[in-house]
Amino acid sequence: MPKEAVRMEGITKRFPGVTANEGIDLSLYYGEVHGLLGENGAGKTVLMSVLYGLLRPTEGQFYLNDQPVSIDNPAVAIRAGIGMVHQHFMLVPQLTVAENMVVGWETSKGPLLDRRHINRRIRELSEKYGLEVEPNAIVEGLSVGEQQRVEILKALYRGAEVLILDEPTATLPQQEVDALFDTIRALRDEGKAVVFITHKLREALTICDRITVLRKGKKEGTVPAGEATETQLAEMMVGREVVFEVQRDRVASERRPLLQVERLSADDDRGVSAVREVDLTVHDHEILGVAGVQGNGQSELVEAICGLRRVRGGRVVVDGEVVTKATPREVARVGLVHIPEDRQRRGLVLNFSVAENAILGRQYEAPFAVRRVGQSKAAIASYARQLVERFSVVVPGVHTPVRALSGGNQQRVILARELDRQPKVIVAAQPTRGLDVGGIEFVWEQLLAMRREGVGILLVSMDLDELMTLADRLMVMYQGEIVGERKPRETDKQEIGLMMLGGAGETS
Amino acid sequence: MKLLRELGIITISVSLGLGVGAIITAATGHSVPAVFRELVLGAFSDIFRFANTLMRATPVLFTSLSFLIAFRAGLFNIGAEGQLLMGGFFAAWAGFAFSLPPVIHVVVCLLFGAAVGGLWGFIPGWLRAYRGANEFVTTMMLSYVALYLTRWFVSPGGPFHGGRMAARTVRIDATAELPRMITGTQLSWGIVVGFVVVLVVWYFLFRTPRGYEMRAVGLRATAAEYGGVNIARTQVLALAIAGVLAGLGGASETLGNHRAFVEGFSPGYGWDGIAGGLIARAHPIGAIFAALLMGALRAGGAGVDRAGVAPRDLVEVLQGLVILFVVAPELIRYLSRLWNRRRAHGRAQP
Repeated sequence: MPKEAVRMEGITKRFPGVTANEGIDLSLYYGEVHGLLGENGAGKTVLMSVLYGLLRPTEGQFYLNDQPVSIDNPAVAIRAGIGMVHQHFMLVPQLTVAENMVVGWETSKGPLLDRRHINRRIRELSEKYGLEVEPNAIVEGLSVGEQQRVEILKALYRGAEVLILDEPTATLPQQEVDALFDTIRALRDEGKAVVFITHKLREALTICDRITVLRKGKKEGTVPAGEATETQLAEMMVGREVVFEVQRDRVASERRPLLQVERLSADDDRGVSAVREVDLTVHDHEILGVAGVQGNGQSELVEAICGLRRVRGGRVVVDGEVVTKATPREVARVGLVHIPEDRQRRGLVLNFSVAENAILGRQYEAPFAVRRVGQSKAAIASYARQLVERFSVVVPGVHTPVRALSGGNQQRVILARELDRQPKVIVAAQPTRGLDVGGIEFVWEQLLAMRREGVGILLVSMDLDELMTLADRLMVMYQGEIVGERKPRETDKQEIGLMMLGGAGETS
Repeated sequence: MKLLRELGIITISVSLGLGVGAIITAATGHSVPAVFRELVLGAFSDIFRFANTLMRATPVLFTSLSFLIAFRAGLFNIGAEGQLLMGGFFAAWAGFAFSLPPVIHVVVCLLFGAAVGGLWGFIPGWLRAYRGANEFVTTMMLSYVALYLTRWFVSPGGPFHGGRMAARTVRIDATAELPRMITGTQLSWGIVVGFVVVLVVWYFLFRTPRGYEMRAVGLRATAAEYGGVNIARTQVLALAIAGVLAGLGGASETLGNHRAFVEGFSPGYGWDGIAGGLIARAHPIGAIFAALLMGALRAGGAGVDRAGVAPRDLVEVLQGLVILFVVAPELIRYLSRLWNRRRAHGRAQP
């Protein structure tokens, strides 16, 4: 029997008006990866923040190595051997990796840092756990994956025996996820207790030894990963049956090109070429997927198509109309709508109400505008109410600021608004990023419903599973170019993953 | 409900400001009760003093609106002072240069003031939108241009000098005057124009597609762009309207109060508008309360000075403290939001 590291008994955390955790019992063992699974808002992060001393529990008791402990703040937690890697990194961007290890944790006797010693220790740890990182690099210049490694190293450097990883894969590209998993396995084999917080079922099943599911603040149960299935876990998370195999009924395409992109080139914000002579065509009744590691020009491609970025060369044609130099409003007028990847900065004005956001882009259309000079609040509110109902947005009222909505509901507002414009083409960029199971299911259903009605969809995603599930054809973008095209049924994730890294880049 | 809460916060802030002011008053050896008595009496004790409060509130009402409409579009109009001076001067010029029938003459003068004030806002707006020049700097610098330009216009030897020794224009025609509301006071119908403008600004911001777009640009420009808003044009429009509003404020002063352009007629109404707009929480209706507060402080301050219970400097310290305490929470909130946004942005860079 492995040794118990942490035991929680009856942990309850209440905030005014909400109970985030209720009577949770949980044991973590050394040499185990323990998955903490649940939808957004299920209380996973709160529970771990309580363990890490960021929040005080309302009720309940922790035991560390069988001793009752009270963890008042993170410093106590760190001294007790508990480390946490947050979703948003807590690094000082201007300092080096080595300096970040010791900020607030100086161990040297004198006033100076013993850099040699620190660097040696970092190298030891990185080698042991496969956490490749240069101690003297400035954190600012590191990729997201590298910064995450620094965070893990920091926790280990400070002597963590229990390591909490809060949604560590949320921002990582596929290849780095694999490397992270190798590290997690190495940590487990060294006898660390690892907590892996996630809402992705597949990942939990891949990496965890045992999985605890939380729903609405309560523990639904703990199951050994070896005996669990995706369907079972999803039901525990959502509390009802979830249909995973989406209904991708065969629809006949007339092969009518709805979106044609020809030799399109565009620069990124720094003026560096980001999209290089991209050719693609989306037909009716078709979903064309674009895969790629983040930062290979997908965002710029989408913006260039939608009129949000200056096109340097090439053409964009929507259902026969050239919209290469068109403004976003003109592009929308010919029937192209855009689900932006950054819903909080592009898709919504967070401080606007649901009603005000419901007409973003249509502010001059009747009946919202009265002879272009007036605005009919009544028409806007009643339209918003109708959208909210049809797309089941959970919201107290249409005058609630969108800021107050959950990510899934914010995305529903955007989808409702854009899909209701009866588009010919949808450009959807990462439409399910950060959403929980219920939210993903909803977005997928909506996109497939539009496809059934004949809409052509360009789907850009970092999530290979999503692309494999939804796309009729799949293109891979690497360094601004399309490096290959496959049919999802005739390929696998490994091949696509390789193409995303620039390998095997022949067009078939 | 929200209005009540805001008023509550402002009341507490004013009290805090006056409290610290009281400590300073006592520490400098002046009688706290006497100073505060005169401050209140000077602003409210009779119809004439209250009219004086309203008279001093009028231009601040316009400049507060000027600041807040630009603020709604995410821009800082620091130059209401210059827009006010330019608008004031050209309204007066239209008042003595043209001969027109009574009502029409006033309207024409107001339009002149609005147009030239608007031009003084349009220039920094255009520079910001199409040349990337920081409007904070350009509006402020243009204020100095306006200050010295109008001073030169009306100084002895200048092209529009109309006094003997005083730096001022000739008196405007009687047909161009905004009549007094209460005889024996300087309060003119300018304040009514102000109230009408409050309603127009409110309607524009909250009941027109353009106002909607302007607020969207101010809250999240990237989302506004996605929603088909022409950001550059909206920015130009916002600063031009800001200029129009401040220009109207100047016109109301020269047509209603001084009946000429008198050099130095503004003790800093444009700058007061920055505080006024912030006190108003960038809401047009709030601007009425903000302007009243500023007017009362100025009128009451004059009362303290007249009664001789404390020197003018101390009164200005009091005014400054009240404004500071009222503005500080909003300013701090704003700056911390800006700071957080910058930081979040810096972090988002991989």
